[in-house]
Amino acid sequence: MSTSTNPVLPAHHFDDLQQQHEAAQLGMWVFLITEIMFFGGLFAAYTVYRSSYHQAFGAASRHLDITLGTFNTVVLIGSSLTMALAVHAAQRGRRRAIIGFLIATILLGAVFLGVKAFEYTHKFHEHLVPGHGFQFPDAALARPAELYFGLYFAMTGMHALHMIIGIGILLVMIRLAARGRFSAEHYSPIEVTGLYWHFVDIVWIFLFPLLYLIERHQ
Amino acid sequence: MNQPGHIVPLRVYFTIFGALMVFTALTVWVAYHDLGNFNIVAAMTIAVAKATLVVLYFMHVRYASRLIWVVVSAGLVWLVILLSLTMSDYLTRFAAV
Repeated sequence: MSTSTNPVLPAHHFDDLQQQHEAAQLGMWVFLITEIMFFGGLFAAYTVYRSSYHQAFGAASRHLDITLGTFNTVVLIGSSLTMALAVHAAQRGRRRAIIGFLIATILLGAVFLGVKAFEYTHKFHEHLVPGHGFQFPDAALARPAELYFGLYFAMTGMHALHMIIGIGILLVMIRLAARGRFSAEHYSPIEVTGLYWHFVDIVWIFLFPLLYLIERHQ
Repeated sequence: MNQPGHIVPLRVYFTIFGALMVFTALTVWVAYHDLGNFNIVAAMTIAVAKATLVVLYFMHVRYASRLIWVVVSAGLVWLVILLSLTMSDYLTRFAAV
């Protein structure tokens, strides 16, 4: 049989497809909660230091480019839309549409990372990378501003790493979809990949206002 | 049983995307207005609203089983514990100085 590479559905340890599908979702959610706690630690560190060095964090955040940040927010939410459309296509068993939307998701993710790389380069040129060469215009705020940029690179860096991993997973999904491994009955891998991708989007939804938008009115 | 999951109409996805775009514009717009301490409140309220839309619709939690609801809620409760206990310490620690 040509379909012999496809898994038998449902797998023998599940009662039915519904249960198998839910088990996959549940497993991904448990993993995402460990991710919430991981990023939660970074957000807690940010909150503590921002409450201590309110003025310096405001001054440092004005060195970020709000236009690029807004552009990237739109791009990333757009990639979540194409990801959701890929899951929708998978539920309908439309192989070509799955692959098309997954490629669109990867391209939007790549645009986001490209802009991020451009921003990082700019920070290096402005000596705003924490460490030996760090320079801040207002010398009195230099130390806590360095702390801000430490958190900026840690948080956006971990976020970007999650996106790079996500793009890797999407490439695997495209390969599996091209081999006809998914159907309207079996699309849990696409759905679960979507959960991960949307989670990374949510992290950015919080990073954007906290890093780019604080104290803009001054 | 052919279809293991709930199929969300495409219209819902585009509506949610539109709402997320509106919220993004709103959060940038409000950041340029001096609301004092309410700037951060406004920014976080909008971010929570956006995240809620993504979780409920893009991540299908609105259509998921009770078990998924409980697990997602438990995760948020633990995050609130992490942030609130940390801040209850840091915001009161230096009060006597």
